[in-house]
Amino acid sequence: MTTTEEIRPPEPPGPITWIKQNLVNSWFNGILTVISLVVVYYVVVGSIRWAFVSADWSPVTENLLLYLIGQYPRGEVWRIGLSLTMVSILFGFSWGLWRGIMQAFSLTLIVSFLVLAVLPATPTAFPLSMRLFALANPGLILISYLISRRWKIPARVMISAWLISLTASIILLRGLGRSELIPPVEVNLWGGLVVTFLLAVGGITISFPIGVLLALGRRSSLPVVSIFSTFFIETIRGVPLITILFMGSLIVPLFLPSEMRVDRLIRALVGMIIFSAAYMAENVRGGLQAIPEGQVEAAQAIGLSKFHTTLLIVLPQALRLVIPTIVGQFISLFKDTTLASGVAVLELLQIARSILQSNPEYLGQQFEVYLFVAAIFWIFSYSMSTTSRKIEVSLGVGER
Amino acid sequence: MSTNENDQPIIICRDVHKWFGDFQALRGISMEVRKGEVIVIFGPSGSGKSTFIRTINRLEEHQRGTIIVDGIELTHDVRNIAAIRSEIGMVFQQFNLFPHLTVLQNITMAPIWVRKWPKEKAEDIAMQLLERVGIPEQANKFPGQLSGGQQQRVAIARALAMQPKIMLFDEPTSALDPEMIKEVLDVMIELAESGMTMLVVTHEMGFAKAVADRMYFFDEGLVVESGTPEEIFEHPKEERTKLFLSQILTH
Ligand SMILES: Nc1ncnc2c1ncn2[C@@H]1O[C@H](COP(=O)(O)OP(=O)(O)OP(=O)(O)O)[C@@H](O)[C@H]1O
Ligand SMILES: [Mg+2]
Repeated sequence: MTTTEEIRPPEPPGPITWIKQNLVNSWFNGILTVISLVVVYYVVVGSIRWAFVSADWSPVTENLLLYLIGQYPRGEVWRIGLSLTMVSILFGFSWGLWRGIMQAFSLTLIVSFLVLAVLPATPTAFPLSMRLFALANPGLILISYLISRRWKIPARVMISAWLISLTASIILLRGLGRSELIPPVEVNLWGGLVVTFLLAVGGITISFPIGVLLALGRRSSLPVVSIFSTFFIETIRGVPLITILFMGSLIVPLFLPSEMRVDRLIRALVGMIIFSAAYMAENVRGGLQAIPEGQVEAAQAIGLSKFHTTLLIVLPQALRLVIPTIVGQFISLFKDTTLASGVAVLELLQIARSILQSNPEYLGQQFEVYLFVAAIFWIFSYSMSTTSRKIEVSLGVGER
Repeated sequence: MSTNENDQPIIICRDVHKWFGDFQALRGISMEVRKGEVIVIFGPSGSGKSTFIRTINRLEEHQRGTIIVDGIELTHDVRNIAAIRSEIGMVFQQFNLFPHLTVLQNITMAPIWVRKWPKEKAEDIAMQLLERVGIPEQANKFPGQLSGGQQQRVAIARALAMQPKIMLFDEPTSALDPEMIKEVLDVMIELAESGMTMLVVTHEMGFAKAVADRMYFFDEGLVVESGTPEEIFEHPKEERTKLFLSQILTH
């Protein structure tokens, strides 16, 4: 009889026992618990009351679209919508094909669209049509996902589709010289979340190949190549991003002929790319170093050239290892885009500032506005880091 | 095949020296291997066995002496090295399969990228090789999903896919659990009997007795003694050979 009792696992403590054991096990802890409860109560109730009663969200609700797309001509918004639709569909398909990181991005996108769809705003600041669009997009992602689960699309087709539609999006957003359908839109009018994304996504994707080359260059046996790569990486890493952005906006034009005026946004993007490439290089190098020497020896022993060994054996393994780090880098670059406000790029934070300055009635509502901006950054960063962490954990052997 | 070709050594090593910094790992190794011969190399840890067989496909560079493989001398000439490597297959102690590729992709990698064979042809031959090493059903798995013995057999198939004239084995069974050693040795014995020229670093004396033509006992970067398995096992001349054999045979 005693043995059967011993075998049974100990009962989990009931709520009363748990409270007794953890919260009020001594008079001191009891007092602490009570005090904490009181503090938490006032903080929570206070915040809720502030958010719903005393806070004045009008700078947000009256200008929602400004935060999202800046001064982009309202008649041309469909172009942004079309680009987003293309990207959504592609993410859906890529999610079905590659899972992993694409799943993380797709889920983040879905969450963002849903949040956007329910944000309170005046009908002029965010028309119903756009709300419906935001609501429809997650459906689009899911449908594309299901289609690509059902009918496998070759990776090659998928990659070309990405390249084509990203180029198409840029053309669509910028417009074409004498086109009636898509007249050019001044890049200076672009703003808000669109620009934040442009800087972050453009920065990370363009810096990726550069970073890979720098990482390989740093390990090269050619002294010139490796010294140059090391010098570049260490110089950039030793300098704050904001100074790179300043140098980009002040110094670069001095070196260019006056007729070649490069746009603020492009200069900031170049700064982000250079900055990000140096960190990308170090991340990739970490991955390269983790590949055992035996892999290279085996590749050489079957007769692969150095080039093929790097391209087919070492890099794929190294890059797979550093995907989580690159996602982390993307998240911090996403937040660092706010620094571009220092060089007058109208990204999300700068738009928020200019909205505050635009209307004297908004005086004193800074807190609401900055909280809103912070919340946007938080939603993206948090959902991206949690989803990608979950996916890392669930990665199976077959996908290694 | 002419008899002349068979008499000509396919590997000639003369007075091969190798230093790692100040440390001398090989102190003058000479060896000639004829086509179809199976050579077993054994000796204590650190005696230079791995270093020696790795100089033959130039994973290590020798610094003095000559190595001639299939009529081509190993020099700094990159074209020579590439030519040599496509004639020599190598099997490692730790398998060194490519973990991000399937078994089939592991095997077809070199035929497709080095020999420039069409994918279908490479895959046909890969499947024949998997058949030969006894695991055709594993073709589409990843190395991480296979047992050690299966992985090593894939590694052998991968090395054979280039249709090499020579196979090098560096302790192919020492990383394996005892129950898997036999499945790998069986494949190697079959290979030896099919006429493959093989240099095998191993302490599997059963294998040596069964198929070796000659055995080399290495110690401190030198060949202490060499001879047929019978000579080595029955009448070893050197004290060091006797001592070493008595140590490994009592296991
Ligand atoms: N890359 C290297 N750098 C420096 N020393 C090395 C290197 N590779 C091997 N050595 C040294 O050269 C000697 C011979 O090594 P080798 O690996 O050829 O021995 P081995 O006979 O294969 O031994 P084992 O049975 O342990 O595999 C050892 O003393 C080893 O420490
Ligand atoms: Mg060894």
